Amino acid sequence: MKYTLLIFEKPEEMAKRDGPQAQAYWAGWQAYSAAVQSAGVMAGGAGLQVPATATRVRLTPGKHEVQDGPYTDSKELLGGFYVIEAANLDEAIKWAARVPSPNGVVEIRPNLVM
Amino acid sequence: MSAAAAEASRDAVSRVATESYGRLVATLAARLGDLAAAEDALSDALTDALVSWPRRGIPANPAAWLLVAARRNATDAARRAGRGRAALAELERMAQGVTDSADLSWPDERLKLLMVCAHPAIDSGVRTPLMLQVIFRLDVAAIARAYLISPAAMEQRLVRAKAKIRLAAIPFDIPGPDELPERLIDVQRAVYAAFTAGRDEAAVEAAEADTLRRASLQLAGWLVELLPHEPECRGLLALLCFSESRVSPAPPGGERPFIPLDEQDPNEWDATLIERGERELALASALRQPGPFQIEAAIQSAHAERRRSGETPWPAIVHLYDRLLELRPTIGAAVARAAAVLNAVGPEAALAALAQLEAQPVRAYQPYWVVRANALATIDRRASEEAFHIAIGLTESAATRAFLERRRRAACGAPAE
Repeated sequence: MKYTLLIFEKPEEMAKRDGPQAQAYWAGWQAYSAAVQSAGVMAGGAGLQVPATATRVRLTPGKHEVQDGPYTDSKELLGGFYVIEAANLDEAIKWAARVPSPNGVVEIRPNLVM
Repeated sequence: MSAAAAEASRDAVSRVATESYGRLVATLAARLGDLAAAEDALSDALTDALVSWPRRGIPANPAAWLLVAARRNATDAARRAGRGRAALAELERMAQGVTDSADLSWPDERLKLLMVCAHPAIDSGVRTPLMLQVIFRLDVAAIARAYLISPAAMEQRLVRAKAKIRLAAIPFDIPGPDELPERLIDVQRAVYAAFTAGRDEAAVEAAEADTLRRASLQLAGWLVELLPHEPECRGLLALLCFSESRVSPAPPGGERPFIPLDEQDPNEWDATLIERGERELALASALRQPGPFQIEAAIQSAHAERRRSGETPWPAIVHLYDRLLELRPTIGAAVARAAAVLNAVGPEAALAALAQLEAQPVRAYQPYWVVRANALATIDRRASEEAFHIAIGLTESAATRAFLERRRRAACGAPAE
């Protein structure tokens, strides 16, 4: 079955995307993606631009309200997601444990079957 | 249908439910990957048995009969719910494995079920209730009372946990050797928590408390049966045997009076349970991998020593607590160590041991105040009385409160009532 790994990064970790540590930061993600690919479990996913680039559309009845997105006083920021194919939750947990984001949080959600 | 046949069938159903319910639900759940569906199918099968057995006779192998009936119920339910072809095929395959009703040789899936109930993805507060409900069919209301929440809230937690098992596909699997020890700790803790809940008679009635403790003893026995080479499983079983050996029979309809360990008559302890505890502890020690449950069992074994020699080996108990604290530092163990120091060395040493804890959140911990009050009794009466006062304020059980009141009066020299 399919699981989505929602990856929440620490702000200081996300800040490494640009700057002196960028190379090490991206190398970690490339290695992880390569591992997911080569195990044949990759079913989709994306890395996301920083929350400062976000726009929110609030759907109120009769109109929609467009807002500048970041509500970033949270301790972890959504940095991206993977969709993986795994036999069960324990396998999905193994993949989540390998995510290269120190002190981050990975939320595992079973995908709905459409 | 004769009344006698109906009666015999009821007895047979109740017997097989008592003996095999856990194994049956585990087998069904492991195949279905769905605990709630397994329970429903089995519960309907028990009803089917009550209808069918008085007419057609009690089958040669009642448990296998129930498994076949439950499988059929699960297939029907899956069909009604429009489940996929794959699930139905799995059910068919499973049916073939159990048609030989003369032989009850289906695989034992109980450990897998325990692993699911105590899975780290299940809220830790619901793991023990889940085990108690699905394996022993304990009443949700009784479980809820032990956890000091409403039956509706407990029911909701259990339903949510079972839905998560199905939707997130928590596997009915035994983890590999690298993960097993850690996962087993969760299972052992959940079993121990069930036993502890069965000692809290402020929350549950004596009869319910007995059921909870008996169920956890049985679970601990299973773990040993399933994993005979895991020393901590034997340590847990030994610990529960020793603790249970000192539970007095419940007075009809009432609360047990609280009698502290040092005032209990060791001749009233259950010799069979003590022997079983000693045996398990010896088998565990032979595996040469000490762990917290084994050490706690060793402490209880030391207390049982008083039955033989009339003396409690307090210095040895202090030493065991030191080792326990190295492996698993908890406030409970630290306070219990101070109580042992009080007996082994004296009040000043006990107070010094307690003083080291004061940075920790012990001020709302009832045993801390009890030990402090006892240690102060010969040194500072007023301070002792004050400590008793706080301990009483932190006590939930009326029987324990009554006992502490008596001790307080004795300590401050007031005449006993």
